[in-house]
Amino acid sequence: MTDQTNDRSLEKYRRMLRIRHFEDKAEAIHAQGEIPGALHTYAGQEASGVGACMALGESDYMVGTHRSHGHPIAKGAKLRPLMAELLGKATGICKGKGGSMHLSDFSVGSLGETSIVGSGVPVATGAALGSKLKGDGRVALCFFGDGATGEGAFHEGLNLAAVWKLPAVFVCENNGYAVSTPARTHVPVKTLADRAKGYDMPAIIVDGQDVDAVEAAIAQAVERARTGGGPTFVETKTYRYADHAVNMGRILLDRGEEVGEWRKRDPITLYRARLLEQGVSAETLDAIEREAADEVEDALRFARESPLPEQAEAFDDVFTAAVPIPDYLADA
Amino acid sequence: MAKVTYLEAIRQAQMEEMQRDDRVFIMGEDIVCNVFGTTTGFVEAFGLERVRDTPISENGIVGAGAGAAMVGMRPIVDVTLSSFLYPAMDQIVSIVAKSRYIYGGQAKLPLVIRSCLFYGNANAAQHSDRPYSMFMNMPGLKIVAPATAYDMKGLMKAAIRDDNPVMMFEDGTCWSSKDEVPDDPDFIIPLGRGDIKREGTDVTVVAVAGGVPVALKAAKQLAKEGISLEVIDPRCLMPLDRELILRSVRKTGRAITVDPAHQTCSAGSEIAATIAEHAFDALRGPVLRVCTADTHIPFSPTIEKALFPTVDRIAAAARRLVGIEQPAAA
Ligand SMILES: Cc1ncc(C[n+]2csc(CCOP(=O)(O)OP(=O)(O)O)c2C)c(N)n1
Ligand SMILES: [Mg+2]
Repeated sequence: MTDQTNDRSLEKYRRMLRIRHFEDKAEAIHAQGEIPGALHTYAGQEASGVGACMALGESDYMVGTHRSHGHPIAKGAKLRPLMAELLGKATGICKGKGGSMHLSDFSVGSLGETSIVGSGVPVATGAALGSKLKGDGRVALCFFGDGATGEGAFHEGLNLAAVWKLPAVFVCENNGYAVSTPARTHVPVKTLADRAKGYDMPAIIVDGQDVDAVEAAIAQAVERARTGGGPTFVETKTYRYADHAVNMGRILLDRGEEVGEWRKRDPITLYRARLLEQGVSAETLDAIEREAADEVEDALRFARESPLPEQAEAFDDVFTAAVPIPDYLADA
Repeated sequence: MAKVTYLEAIRQAQMEEMQRDDRVFIMGEDIVCNVFGTTTGFVEAFGLERVRDTPISENGIVGAGAGAAMVGMRPIVDVTLSSFLYPAMDQIVSIVAKSRYIYGGQAKLPLVIRSCLFYGNANAAQHSDRPYSMFMNMPGLKIVAPATAYDMKGLMKAAIRDDNPVMMFEDGTCWSSKDEVPDDPDFIIPLGRGDIKREGTDVTVVAVAGGVPVALKAAKQLAKEGISLEVIDPRCLMPLDRELILRSVRKTGRAITVDPAHQTCSAGSEIAATIAEHAFDALRGPVLRVCTADTHIPFSPTIEKALFPTVDRIAAAARRLVGIEQPAAA
C-alpha cells in the first residue's frame, strides 16, 4: 500500500468514526434535553456517506436529507459549527436556524440538507445544470432515502437530469425503511435501482456497508458525469441502527433480530478489519479513533460555550436585506 | 360524556364514521404504525384495505383521494404535518378545489384532508407551518381548525359527512388538551358555526386554532385588571361565521384577532378586514392583529417561542384598545 492510498484509507476510517462518535454524543445529549427538536441519526450508514463523498472533488456539490449529520462530516466539514447548530447556537452552521434536520455546510459544497422528503433531488439536478451551463466540470451528488423515491419531485428531478444528460449522481441510501414502512411495501420494484430504468439511466447497486465498494461505485458514476455521459443512479444497501428518530418515548418499529444481523456488518468494524489485514497497525487505528472522539468532545465544548442567537436574528436571512422587526420584539 | 384528549377526539370521530359508513376509509404515511395515536385499533377494526399505509407521495394520495371520492368513496387522507401539504398543492388546488366547478357540478368530492399544525417545538421552518390561510385564498375548500377536543370531534364528524372537500387542521399545541366529549354517534357540529369561548364586554378577541387557549389565558389575566374580553373561536375559517363575529364586535366596539399563522394574509387579517368592512361604525379603535411575525420559524427555541401569539401581546393589544376611548361613529 502506498502512502497516498494509505492516507485515503485512513481518511475514510477517520470520517466514519467522526460520524459515529458525533451521532453517539448527539443521541446521548438529546436524551437529556440538550438538543431540542427531532433527531434522526446516521449511525450504521457511515460507509454510504463517506464512500460517496470520498469519490467527489472538494468543489463538487452535494444535497442531502433530514438525516443530515453524516453527509457534511463525510464531505469533510468541521464539527464545531455542526454541533453548535444542534444546540441551537448562534455559532451553528445555520446560525441556529436549521437544527438537526439541516446540517448543511455550503463551504464543503453542500446545497442543502432538506427535510421535506424528495425535495433535494431537483436541487441537485439544477446544480448539475448550472455546472453544465458554466462548463466548470463540477458534479452534483444527491443523497436521498428509499422512501423519497415515492415523491413526484424525485421522479421529475431524475427525468430532467436524464433528458439533459446532466453531470449528476443520485445516491439512494436504501436503509430498508421509511419511518415504519418497509421498502417492500412502499416500492413496487424489486430493487431501488430499478427506479432508474424508466429514465434509461445507468444504475449500480452496491454494498452500502463497504466504504471502498461505495467509493468505487460513486467514482465510476462521477467519471461518467464529468465526461458528459450523464447521470447515474447508485443504490447503497445500508441500515440505520436507531429507530426513525431517537428518544421519541416510543419505538415506532421494532425490527427485532434484524438490527443485530446488520450490526455484524458494521461499516466501521468491517473497514477496521480490512485495514488491519492490509497492514495498518492497530495503534494507528486506535489513535484515529481517539482523535475522532476528541474532536467531538471539542465540538461539544465549543457548542456549549457558544452564545444563543438574539431574538432579532430570527429576522435575518429572510432576504439578503433586512426585514422589519415588529415593535413587540424590537428590544426583546 | 367522557373526558378525552384532542387526539382521542380525532380517533373517535374517525372510528365512529368508519363504523357508520363503509365508504369511509383512511390512508396516509405510517398510519398503520399510528405515530400520533389517531388510528389506534383501526387495523383490527377495519383491516388493511380501509386503513392504508401509503408511499411518501402526498400529491399522489391527495389526488387519489379525490378520484376515489368522485366514484363514491369518502376518503380521509392524512397528510400528517401540514408542511407536507405543499407537495400536494397541485392536486389540492387544481383538482380537489376546482373539479366540481369546472365540470359544472358533475363531480362530487366528499374528501377530508387532515394535517397537523406542528409548531413551537424546535423543528425549524420546513416542519413548522400553519398554512390554513393560504388555502382560504382558494375557493372550493372548506377549512376547519378546531381548538378543543369537543369541537374537534363534532367538526371532524361533520367534515367526514360533508359532500365537499374539507381540510382539517389539527393544532399540535392542543393535542393533549382535554374536554368532555359526547359519545352520541350522531354528535355533529355543523361546519361554519363559530363559538363564544368566553363572554365579555370590553374587547372581542377572535382567536384561531392554538390561538384560542392563549386568548383565554389573556382573558383570565385581564379580568383581574377589570378588562373583560369576549373570546370567539370561529372554528371554521371557510365558511366563516361572520354573523357571530360581527355581533360580538357590535357589542364591544373593539376587536383583536389572534392567529398563529404569519400575519400577512393570515386568517386573522381576513377576519380583521371583515370587521373593518362590516362593523366600522361600531368600532372605537383600530382592529389589532396578534399573529405570528412575518419571518420563518427558526430552529433555536430561544428565538422561536416569541414569534407566535403570546398572552402578553394579546394583553398589550387589549390595554391599548381600552385606552383608546373614542366615541363610536354615528
Ligand atoms: C414531503 C414529506 N413527507 C413526509 C415527511 C415525513 N418523513 C420524514 S422522514 C420520512 C421517511 C423518509 O424515508 P427515507 O426517504 O427512506 O429516508 P430515511 O429516513 O430512511 O433516511 C418521512 C415520511 C417529510 N419530512 N416530508
Ligand atoms: Mg429509508
